[in-house]
Amino acid sequence: MIEFIATVLGATLRISTPILLSGLGETLIERAGILNLGIEGTMLLAAFNGFVVAQTTGSLFAGLAAAMLTGVVLGLLMGFLTVTLGLNQHVSGLGITLLASGLALFSFRLLYGGASTPPSLPESFRVIPILSGTPLGPVLSQYGLTYLALLLVPVLSLAITRTTFGLRLRAVGENPEAADMAGINVYRMRYLALIIGGALIGLGGAFLSLAQLGAFTHGIISGRGWVAIAIVIFGNWQPVKVLAGALLFGGLQALQLRLQAEGVPLPYEALLALPYILTIIALAIAGRNASYPAALLKPYRREG
Amino acid sequence: MLGFRLERSPAPLWVRSLIPLIAVAITFLIVSVLILIAGAHPGEAFYELLINPLTRPTARAEILVKATPLLLTGVAVAFAFAGGYYNIGAEGQLYAGAVAAAWAGTQLHEQPALVAIPVMLVCGFAAGMLWALPPAILRIRLGVDEVVTTLLLNSVMLFFVSALLNGPWRDPISNWPQSPTIAASAQFPQLFARTRIHLGFLVAVLALLAFWWIFTRTRFGLELRAAGLGREAARFMGVRVGRVVLIAALISGGIAGLAGVSEVAGTHYHLIDALSPGYGYTAIIIATLGATTAPGVLMATLFLALVDIGILSASRQLNIPVYLGDIIQACLLLVALATLLLNRYSLRRSQP
Repeated sequence: MIEFIATVLGATLRISTPILLSGLGETLIERAGILNLGIEGTMLLAAFNGFVVAQTTGSLFAGLAAAMLTGVVLGLLMGFLTVTLGLNQHVSGLGITLLASGLALFSFRLLYGGASTPPSLPESFRVIPILSGTPLGPVLSQYGLTYLALLLVPVLSLAITRTTFGLRLRAVGENPEAADMAGINVYRMRYLALIIGGALIGLGGAFLSLAQLGAFTHGIISGRGWVAIAIVIFGNWQPVKVLAGALLFGGLQALQLRLQAEGVPLPYEALLALPYILTIIALAIAGRNASYPAALLKPYRREG
Repeated sequence: MLGFRLERSPAPLWVRSLIPLIAVAITFLIVSVLILIAGAHPGEAFYELLINPLTRPTARAEILVKATPLLLTGVAVAFAFAGGYYNIGAEGQLYAGAVAAAWAGTQLHEQPALVAIPVMLVCGFAAGMLWALPPAILRIRLGVDEVVTTLLLNSVMLFFVSALLNGPWRDPISNWPQSPTIAASAQFPQLFARTRIHLGFLVAVLALLAFWWIFTRTRFGLELRAAGLGREAARFMGVRVGRVVLIAALISGGIAGLAGVSEVAGTHYHLIDALSPGYGYTAIIIATLGATTAPGVLMATLFLALVDIGILSASRQLNIPVYLGDIIQACLLLVALATLLLNRYSLRRSQP
């Protein structure tokens, strides 16, 4: 029983990692007043670019850098469309998802042809063994990126609530007119959020291709970006609660995988759909009191 | 010194009427780079993409087959967008309609086509409406943003379809994850001999005409447009915005449901989980390119369907990955979105 719980907890942390990393990135971006629906495609292209660079250079860290750079570049594109040009955020974000996914799959086909087995890395990131041999081993032995993601939760939480950066970020997301009058450069703050957030979203994608799978496939992201959007809302735009949302999703998924492996018959799709339904219910309960960043979806135009 | 400045006034009419062409030109410029990377000649690739399908009768027919679900989902999304309701859930609503059609289609073995087909259409429309209802209610009653809720419900619907196909609906004969084949009388008839164009295309054209008529000729259409332009102003004019948006959201879901019926009853004859390669998302491109008007939606649909068929021949002849089609669609969307700014701003030469 203890072994069962330990493996499920370990799998929970592993499965939560990519959505947590991307969810934290999305949190920063939404706090600045931008709903970035480009997240799903950004994760896919970042996973792909990270994989290709790691494979050609033989360096996993170069792969990580490429994935983060991908996130930054797509963040800048989102910024150009929605911050500079002031275009509709939903449509721009979906456009970026379609574009980035198309680019990833187009390049994948060009470089690897119609390979029937997905290309994999000779060596991918390994889990760091901690207390292996003890009951806690399966829980604590995780990838370095998982620990990085967990570490980012308090860091970002403090950055948002206790630093000047966080104060400015929130000001820009809540009331850009007032922020502008207080001397904050609204455009620059929003770009900054898209750059940092984009890098984190890229890391989320890279975790899958460079660590968890060590390979690239078409369906490597399969909706994890949308889950990240859900947990940001579910987590009320607060990193600690976003972590709770990620663990809830990861836990349900881990439990489902484990029960399926044990041959327990259950409609596992119901468990997988649960986080989405819970998010919608959470939104319904919060209703008009949901603490959306007040300027979310609103382009800012400086008068004059 | 001669400089340019951005002015908050619409560009001249002749510039604005060229917006779609400008968008297409810029897109093709960007895409040319990718075609070169793929080792093909852009001129030949554009011939395969845009001209070749029009020269062959079978490919011309396939364009209309492809246009059928795109036109239905495009009209669905445009209807909602016009009222300022961002229905990103057409994909899920399409599958809701498809589930209803796959269910009804297997219950109607005793019925003639004249009964079976209308019953299926009604069921699909109702299912699409039902799936569109919760986000619409949440938006109107509680002010919950519909973009996120409709988007998340797409994933929920896909899980539901997967549960059905791997569970109670798994075809007992083939044991594939596909529902049993629908009754012969429920299958849409072909409209023209030796083509795959089916009754669904007629349904799509009727939906487009209905959209055009409601939008331009009825009081409801006027109220819808007013709500889309600005909720506060519309309310001031005496429009019951909540009611108008609710009806638009439901009709939108219903029409997207019809796209699901059309794919099940006209093309596949059973439900599969890969029924739609993202028609509900392409519909967002169509509604945006078509500026939520009926003629615009028709033009955008036909163009995207042409590219969808053309990319197949470009892929066969020139070995260009088919995903170039997705990239063209996405580029076109983003470029069009940016060039539509010319409706509001213009670049003018500043006086020295």
